[in-house]
Amino acid sequence: MTSAESGEERVASERHGVSRRRLFGMAGAGVALVGAGAAAGVGIDRVNGGSPAQAAVNIVDFHGEHQAGIVTPTQQNLHFAALDVTTKDRDKLVKLLRTWTDAARRMTSGQEVVPGGAVDGAPEAPPGDTGEALDLPASSLTLTIGYGPSLFDERFGLAGKRPAALIDLPFFPKDKLDPARSGGDLCIQACADDPQVAVHAVRNLVRLGFGVTEVRWSQLGFGRSASTSRTQMTPRNLFGFKDGTNNIKAEDTDFLRDQVWTTAADGQPWMAGGSFLVARRIRMHIETWDREPLEGQERIVGRTKGTGAALGQAAEHDEVDLHVLGAGGEPVVADDAHIRLASHESLNGARILRRGYNFVDGSDGVGHLEAGLFFLAFNRDTRKQYVPMQTALSSKDSMMEYVQHTGSAHFAVPPGVQPGAYWGDGLFT
Amino acid sequence: MYMSRRTPLAVVAGVSALALLTACGGTGDTAASPSSPGAPGGPIKVEASDSACQVSAGTANAGNVTFEITNKGTKVTEFYLYAEGDRIMGEVENIAPGLNRRLIVEVSDAGKYQATCKPGMAGNGIRSDFTITGGAAKQTDADALKAQATKSYADYIANNTAALEEQTAKFVDLVKAGKVDEAKAAFATTRIYYERIEPVAEKFGDLDPAIDFREADLEPGQAFTGFHRLEKDLWKQGLQPDSSQIADKLLTDVKDLVGKAKTLELTALDLANGAKGLLDEVATGKITGEEETFSHTDLWDFQGNLDGSKAAINSLRPLLQQKDPALVSNLDTEFTNVQNLLSKQAVGDGFKLYTDLSQDQIKEFASAVDALSEPLSKVAEVVAK
Repeated sequence: MTSAESGEERVASERHGVSRRRLFGMAGAGVALVGAGAAAGVGIDRVNGGSPAQAAVNIVDFHGEHQAGIVTPTQQNLHFAALDVTTKDRDKLVKLLRTWTDAARRMTSGQEVVPGGAVDGAPEAPPGDTGEALDLPASSLTLTIGYGPSLFDERFGLAGKRPAALIDLPFFPKDKLDPARSGGDLCIQACADDPQVAVHAVRNLVRLGFGVTEVRWSQLGFGRSASTSRTQMTPRNLFGFKDGTNNIKAEDTDFLRDQVWTTAADGQPWMAGGSFLVARRIRMHIETWDREPLEGQERIVGRTKGTGAALGQAAEHDEVDLHVLGAGGEPVVADDAHIRLASHESLNGARILRRGYNFVDGSDGVGHLEAGLFFLAFNRDTRKQYVPMQTALSSKDSMMEYVQHTGSAHFAVPPGVQPGAYWGDGLFT
Repeated sequence: MYMSRRTPLAVVAGVSALALLTACGGTGDTAASPSSPGAPGGPIKVEASDSACQVSAGTANAGNVTFEITNKGTKVTEFYLYAEGDRIMGEVENIAPGLNRRLIVEVSDAGKYQATCKPGMAGNGIRSDFTITGGAAKQTDADALKAQATKSYADYIANNTAALEEQTAKFVDLVKAGKVDEAKAAFATTRIYYERIEPVAEKFGDLDPAIDFREADLEPGQAFTGFHRLEKDLWKQGLQPDSSQIADKLLTDVKDLVGKAKTLELTALDLANGAKGLLDEVATGKITGEEETFSHTDLWDFQGNLDGSKAAINSLRPLLQQKDPALVSNLDTEFTNVQNLLSKQAVGDGFKLYTDLSQDQIKEFASAVDALSEPLSKVAEVVAK
């Protein structure tokens, strides 16, 4: 081993605390972890001598009333996959959802996807785990499943269970949607603080699904562009502006209850505790944006670029005041400013929980970066929240000159699962 | 065009409302009391009641001045800072009883102002004198060159709007006479005039969408009118029962635009931003072939945008030459480069259709437009200096 390699390993182990192979090797520890959540994190850490706080944030409990990956403090990286179901056999699909649930329980707790994993299985067999996350800890991995409108067609007898809010999204002005980046029967949102852990999770779930599902499209995201907890600093999007200052956060329990979680009374009892996920791939013309003067950029957004304060205010979290007029009686937050149009005040109180990520998918073939924001938002009723908001933005937002929606999908995100239960339990029973 | 609702260029007053409020730049994130040159002692408190308007200080230095208004009365109130002649420097509306609101206003000129509360949101309000001290001296020399620039560009606008009206009238007659081939031939050459003056057209809220919206820009239920509707009729679906009506409406809207353009007062900064904006239009709309979905005459629009951008820069030339001669020569080189590429695709009096361009040619255009757009984006700063 060269000194460089050993140095790298040392850095890696200091950073991650515990790898999934060592974790798996700790007899019983892996099993104890499942379902025990943060407390178990403290347990392993004693073995490895790391800081309890670090281990506790490394593992996000898979179980709960709601699925993890919605109000979980937004992790740094995303791999999102939309899949189509290729079989017409309902039982096969139900069985896959059970297999996936077990795999998700294991991977979110930092274990390999199946016992035996990458190197401890039969030498004659292909490894059960693909192996690229072997030396990495759980990294706050969350796996969140959703069902698209097309799953509720005639194939699986689910038409009667389609939530009314799971609409086919309407055309929004200036949409330029690529069918190859839109739709899907199912989605898996994998978020983690290590990109390789997120990709590993999606890859292994996709692998388990061959013959039943196939990837329709997938999107990598780096750098969260929203925070979902007051413990997090507001991150910046690729326009260089703080994004998500006024997002619904985990601490906003009233907003979560009223604007994020569905209830049985909303029409489909199997969705109680779930939510609706809107995914939009938004290409950002960063080259022309970068040529826009600072005051123009701030005018378009409605916030200052430095502190993120709304125009007319002093600090980021000062309340937005849409009724301040500047020179000549012109509104300080312009009529076509992004934050005015997206404001709950302009939308009869409607809010959404955003969980988007920045992306750069290579280049566009004419000398520009294929960059943008992969917008993910959770809301209780897309018809009353996302649709009116996007309609206002697509038709009036001055920012539309610099962005183009190129992909779109909508999913019903079922409630969380309890230990011993499975994704799909509510929908398929 | 690509997007109709461009950020309106800076308003006539010379500095956009927002520019006044970028505030606190570089001062970090120190919450409640913005550090501003205008208010070294922190925000100026205003206690508004139904019968009084107590302002905690009567003077401030030029720069950002912050007022914190508290409504202690029983009526909804408003607060204004007026300059001479009741010109509004800043205003907070709809301050309900019991609420605190903030107004940060940039005042660059020293002089007499008035702080005013309007309980009940009516009448002349309760006024007190407010003095601003300090402030920057004006550059009279540069001001003369700026005035010359805006005058020269106003002439360009007048010439092109007149030509636009004339050509549109001919085009409309051809559509109404059902002369499809001749109308198609006149379509792109008419639109060139519009594309040249697009930043001006975009100043008039509803006119630009009515004249130039693409089908993909429409909101559900919004009527599809203007050039692109006729483009669809001529190239794709044939003339429709209402095509003549659409044509008449187009001419009416164009005449309306021409009339309004005459009253428009542009600033030198408007010219700079307009020159840049026109090339942005090329980059995001024309190079992608999205502008002329049915006729594919995008290169005519490209030429129009380029002409318009160049005209604005030419009007600013004496000013730019004085302030930053290197930038001028850079611009000249890149303008020539883009024009040469465009001229290579000329066919007869017009151009190749977008659909006949190779991917390599499109790439070449994109690179040249990027190379020109970079120095163009520096012009506003030089003009404002």
